[in-house]
Amino acid sequence: MKGIKIIVLAKQVPDTRNVGKDAMKADGTVNRAVLPAIFNPEDLNALELALRVKDEVPGSTVTILTMGPGRAAEIIREGLYRGADGGILLTDRAFAGSDTLATSYALSQAIKEMGKFDLIVAGRQAIDGDTAQVGPQVAEKLGLNQVTYVEAILKVDKSQITVRRRLDNGVETVKAPLPMLLTVNSSAPDCRSRNAKLLMKYKHARTVTERQEATEDYLYLYDSRPFLNIHEMTVSEIKSEPSQLGLAGSPTKVKRIENVILQAKDAKRMTAADEGINDLMKELIESHVIG
Amino acid sequence: MNNIFVYCEVEDGVVADVSLELLTKGRSLANELKCQLEAVIIGAGLKEVEKQVIPYGADVVHMIDDPRLAPYTTMPHSSVLIKLFQEEKPQIALMGATPIGRDLGPRVSSALHSGLTADCTSLEIGDHEDKKAGKIYKDLLYQIRPAFGGNIIAWIINPDCRPQMATVREGVMKKEMINKNYPSKVNHLEVSKYVSDTDFAVQIIERHLEKRKINIKGASIVVSGGYGVGSKENFKLLYELADVLGAEVGASRAAVDAGYAEHERQIGQTGITVRPKLYIACGISGQVQHRAGMEESAQIISINTDPDAPINALADYVITGDISEIIPKMIKYYKLNTK
Repeated sequence: MKGIKIIVLAKQVPDTRNVGKDAMKADGTVNRAVLPAIFNPEDLNALELALRVKDEVPGSTVTILTMGPGRAAEIIREGLYRGADGGILLTDRAFAGSDTLATSYALSQAIKEMGKFDLIVAGRQAIDGDTAQVGPQVAEKLGLNQVTYVEAILKVDKSQITVRRRLDNGVETVKAPLPMLLTVNSSAPDCRSRNAKLLMKYKHARTVTERQEATEDYLYLYDSRPFLNIHEMTVSEIKSEPSQLGLAGSPTKVKRIENVILQAKDAKRMTAADEGINDLMKELIESHVIG
Repeated sequence: MNNIFVYCEVEDGVVADVSLELLTKGRSLANELKCQLEAVIIGAGLKEVEKQVIPYGADVVHMIDDPRLAPYTTMPHSSVLIKLFQEEKPQIALMGATPIGRDLGPRVSSALHSGLTADCTSLEIGDHEDKKAGKIYKDLLYQIRPAFGGNIIAWIINPDCRPQMATVREGVMKKEMINKNYPSKVNHLEVSKYVSDTDFAVQIIERHLEKRKINIKGASIVVSGGYGVGSKENFKLLYELADVLGAEVGASRAAVDAGYAEHERQIGQTGITVRPKLYIACGISGQVQHRAGMEESAQIISINTDPDAPINALADYVITGDISEIIPKMIKYYKLNTK
């Protein structure tokens, strides 16, 4: 095989960027209904870099791997519409409550079932957690080199890759042997849009669960068109220790959660008097808006 | 054993501010836990660099000096920390939430199977009762951070795994020197015991350091000025407030057109759209085109001499008065009310 076999790690996330005043309910809890589920933005940048490698190196393939609930199959379809060759949805109740470490364990065990690969590309971080941890943790678990904060792949062949990193204080050009893992910044090119032909080709792509739940009459398609099967991988298909999965496999626990009340009633009016400004700063600090 | 470790970042022989801030925080946590504070410095040409960290209260400074260890690459630095932590068994390990700390921290936490919390805004010591298991954990590190796009604050703990790891952004903690001649022990580590040649497979071919770009879009607080600020000189007040709050400075089109601020800072329909947690509008009347770029901000403070400025209709807080009087007071009372 001359081409480069690429795995893109992606996540479906609530769109926390569009948080407006209606994002919080009156009782101070998050109003998830108004936040659409989207393809994590930097994972789209990662997909774009992977697709560019595929464009450039003949015979390359791009496979999306995502872990999440059943509906996360949406982002695999989204990836197929943009040029990915296939996708795997890693989904099981056993993964519920995973922190970044348990997530990276499950992902890395799934990757071990996916056969030989040359390159793993992931978004730097997901907007619902902003931790930037899963990429490097997957690399560690697979014993791979990692390069984070990548915005461009400058050169790649079957044995090595040269990339440009965008850091807070400048840029770095880095060379690394394959196989390895990259995480990609939002400063990388935006992902191409859906391709009309691919949209037609993949619009009925479904996981086995989705097919069982479907009322549509397309079921006859799946035997004749295997590319419409989105592989749903459950815990039984990976080699794993239960103690490393889900809540049990997560060293970090959430002790408690406090809501930031974003909604103010009527405007508070004040002047330049010291007391009012002192009270205002106190209030903003106490509600974690500043400080 | 059981001490607090801080990984110190070094660029050109200078220890990063964020590392000194973490040493300061680590010192106070160590006092509370009655344990020692240990710094780790990995790099090249580190002669006397320990003198920069000792005044912040490091009881031990571990140093590993080799030309191949700078600039930072992932594998050699993580190999050192993983091995050192296996030997020393720290209870807490802190690093900056910088491109380096965010590259290194997860790698180390994965190898040690220890929990890591990114971008903490506060670190405290406290107990935890696991009612299900009937177990009480004493003196855990509470890793406190905003989550879900800043809409909730979460208290994270690592009850069973060590070290308890956390990253913190620059400027979140205060840095405070305690004693220039703090009694400290320097421990020089031997490179070959911690790093293997295969750790150097990733090579940096070229580095180009430059000034930080303006990042208004990603800022959680924006201090923005309009024509009403009055002059480029007065705009400096906005920068001072932004500095203190960790905010970015934005401007209305009128302010940009008047030459008070650069074009890259323009917020509005023809500029950038922002949705920060807090938007402080200074001397901005609030034309539709400006409002389009900021009306989805979670909270809005409007400072204006005109009590009926249109922008006040959007604001959660309306301060009527002159910015040259009000901004210095905001800075003063912010400082007074934070530690």
